[in-house]
Amino acid sequence: MSHLKIENITKRYGRHTVLSDVSLEVEKGEFVCILGPSGCGKSTLLRVLAGLENIESGYVIINGKDVTTVPPSKRNFGIVFQSYALFPNMTVLQNVAYGLSGKKLNKGEIAAKVDQAIETVNLGDHKNKYPQQLSGGQQQRVALARAIVIEPDFLLLDEPLSALDAKVRIKLRREIKTLQKKFGITTIMVTHDQDEALSMADRIVVMNNAVIEQVGSPVEIYETPKTAFVADFIGTVNFINSTSAVRPEWVGIGSEGGVPGKVTDIEYRGAFYRLFVDSQHGHLTVDVKADVKNHVNVEYGTDIFINIPNEKIICLEAV
Amino acid sequence: MTLVVLPLIILFVKAFEGSDGSFIGLANFIQYFTTPNLTNSLFNTIFVSITTAIISVSLAFLYAYAITRTGVKCKKLFKFTSMLPLFAPTMMLGIGLIYLFGNQGIFTHLGLRLPLYGPLGIIISEVIYTFPQVFLVLLVSFSFADNRLYEVAEVIGTSPIKTFFTITLPSVKYGLISSIFIAFSLSFTDFGAPKVVGGNYNVLATDIYKRVVGQQDFIMGAVVGMILMLPAILSFTVDRFTQSKNQSTISSKSEDYKIKPNKCRDLVFTAYCAVINLLILMLLGTVVYASFIKLWPYDKSLTLAHYFMDSPATGGISSFFNSLLIASLTATIGTAFVFINAYLIEKTRKATLLKQTAYFLSIIPLALPGLAIGISFIFFFNADSNPLKFIYGSMWILLIANIVHFYSVPFVTATSSLKKLDKEFEIVSEAMKVPFYKTFYKVTIPMCLPAILEIAVYLFVNAMVTISAVIFLYPAQFKLAAIAIVNMEDAGDIAPAAAISVLIILTNVIVRVLYELINKKIMNKNLRSHV
Repeated sequence: MSHLKIENITKRYGRHTVLSDVSLEVEKGEFVCILGPSGCGKSTLLRVLAGLENIESGYVIINGKDVTTVPPSKRNFGIVFQSYALFPNMTVLQNVAYGLSGKKLNKGEIAAKVDQAIETVNLGDHKNKYPQQLSGGQQQRVALARAIVIEPDFLLLDEPLSALDAKVRIKLRREIKTLQKKFGITTIMVTHDQDEALSMADRIVVMNNAVIEQVGSPVEIYETPKTAFVADFIGTVNFINSTSAVRPEWVGIGSEGGVPGKVTDIEYRGAFYRLFVDSQHGHLTVDVKADVKNHVNVEYGTDIFINIPNEKIICLEAV
Repeated sequence: MTLVVLPLIILFVKAFEGSDGSFIGLANFIQYFTTPNLTNSLFNTIFVSITTAIISVSLAFLYAYAITRTGVKCKKLFKFTSMLPLFAPTMMLGIGLIYLFGNQGIFTHLGLRLPLYGPLGIIISEVIYTFPQVFLVLLVSFSFADNRLYEVAEVIGTSPIKTFFTITLPSVKYGLISSIFIAFSLSFTDFGAPKVVGGNYNVLATDIYKRVVGQQDFIMGAVVGMILMLPAILSFTVDRFTQSKNQSTISSKSEDYKIKPNKCRDLVFTAYCAVINLLILMLLGTVVYASFIKLWPYDKSLTLAHYFMDSPATGGISSFFNSLLIASLTATIGTAFVFINAYLIEKTRKATLLKQTAYFLSIIPLALPGLAIGISFIFFFNADSNPLKFIYGSMWILLIANIVHFYSVPFVTATSSLKKLDKEFEIVSEAMKVPFYKTFYKVTIPMCLPAILEIAVYLFVNAMVTISAVIFLYPAQFKLAAIAIVNMEDAGDIAPAAAISVLIILTNVIVRVLYELINKKIMNKNLRSHV
């Protein structure tokens, strides 16, 4: 029996269908990322789980119990939004304690739990500050502490890192992951950032146009995408024809042997060079290490030969 | 600017002068506070204003909550009806009460005897008068909300009552404080309602009128004028303070509040809004009805005679046309004046100190009650040494007084609409060698057209209903409609006074509706041009 199960969920806003017959299962302790472009329905799916949206049809089942019509407060979720949604009139301490004061706990217990949650997100020195006095990253940590302090069965994260600077985002990415593993808390995160999904998730759910395109581990999603959309949305891909594709870093180059091609442009990417090659497979993007590039002696307009290993060709479902 | 500052300084100086013009320090104030009659009206005023503020803010709070946070039906209608008192001179509210609860009132004849003339009548009128203004402030506060906060509370399992006290109330806190001060200072300085239903109950506004117009005691008038300014200044300071505090609480990432369906709650609030609407409509409707009645309450046959009444002593239908003229002039000249001023202040790239001073001076009139402006204008324009003395006693002084009196709100509107424009427009034009006036005419004005219209309507409506500043300044041969109402009511001609009130409110409603229609057209056009 899975920890969380959603069955055939459909949700409409007027005529517009945002979720079309979506089903998904999540195991206890798992970190699942829902990944997709904006407007694909991923945030709505999260809100359905939390009970913040009503649905036209389908079920939400937690530990075998149907909770489709159970109000949010009875589902025991912790939730973190992109906009932090901290109470501006309360300090860090009060924000974190907010969810506990209604529960039957004495003051000492509350204080201990709040302190622990604040320590967990490393904000011990900022307890008495107001949200406006904190940086974006710190504010998001407060939101995180507020979500975990109630010891939820599930942690729902709605684009929690999107509003932050690149550096802070990567730092917090690791912190969330560590925290999740430490407490073994089942986490579902919505994001449009493929790097975030690949680096954090145990499993990725790729959504597009109100439906789930594919569910799988990061490796599966990247290496064996099932549809053209998934292949194209995650990473860069060369489509050879309508049912086969290849990643740029899997294409080999050489001065002889293979399919002939002409280099039309070169981009320096730091760790590697990206070549744009005209060949009988069409315009290909090829990523090569610097030493390979120098060895083959690639310049603008150089004629080279390319190799695509058969085992690296991605087979896509015909549309 | 000079027109604001100089008269004020003179008012200030006069308050400290003896009747012979010598400086006597605080003697006038001491005399004021030791005259029991005078201090009495001060306490009366404070009592009336506090009571008004409490009732009006409580009612408007529930009303604004109903409109923004519940699924009440016909919100547009409710909003519009509650705005109606803004379009009426405050005397009209008093007149309505007289027809309902006065000696010959409808309810009085049905056996409901209220001690209307005095504090009760004043408070009821002031509550209705301040209600729309307080409601507007609270409406703005309530409409800024981050739905995510409510969702967090919901997920955590916070009770609705706790949610209200920990999220809703703090988010409207500053609006609430502002609105209390607004209600207080509006009723503190209002002249129209106490004049009509005050009876023998003296308040400061009627005091200053009796002192200046009745006894020609300008010095004591100046003293009362100064006292009248206090709550407005306080309210103004509080407002500035709360506005600076208010900024950080809401961010662009916030989500709009989503109203959850709740039939029982909606029913209760719809009923509440309907009751408030009925009361307002009943009061105004009674005045409309009474204006067509031959002789209330004896001969209830219908007539149009009251609308055509005109006398050189009190004024009449001709005063209504005078008001139309002044209101139109105020709207056109005033709008141009306000907008150009705001433009110059906003677009000046250098001299920030000068800019700040100019900005501050533009906000001051907000704190000035009309009566104080009226008195200070007498001192200023009636002085023999003033080369502008010829303005005194002409209709132009009414125009100037109106523009000064109602300057601040349009100024803020103009400034904020100018702030929304790209700062680089002028620089780009300069780079293209297009003179700035061409950019002003071709870009700035069209882009700010909605704000400009709003300003014009605001000035027009206020110029139609105002009584406070102009009561001291109107030339005998050029009476305004609002003044005619006061004179007629004084002379016992309540029905003609009612008729003039109806004309004023009707004109304002028509202007407002026209404005909405034009505005809709502009908005649609703008939408198209942006796509």
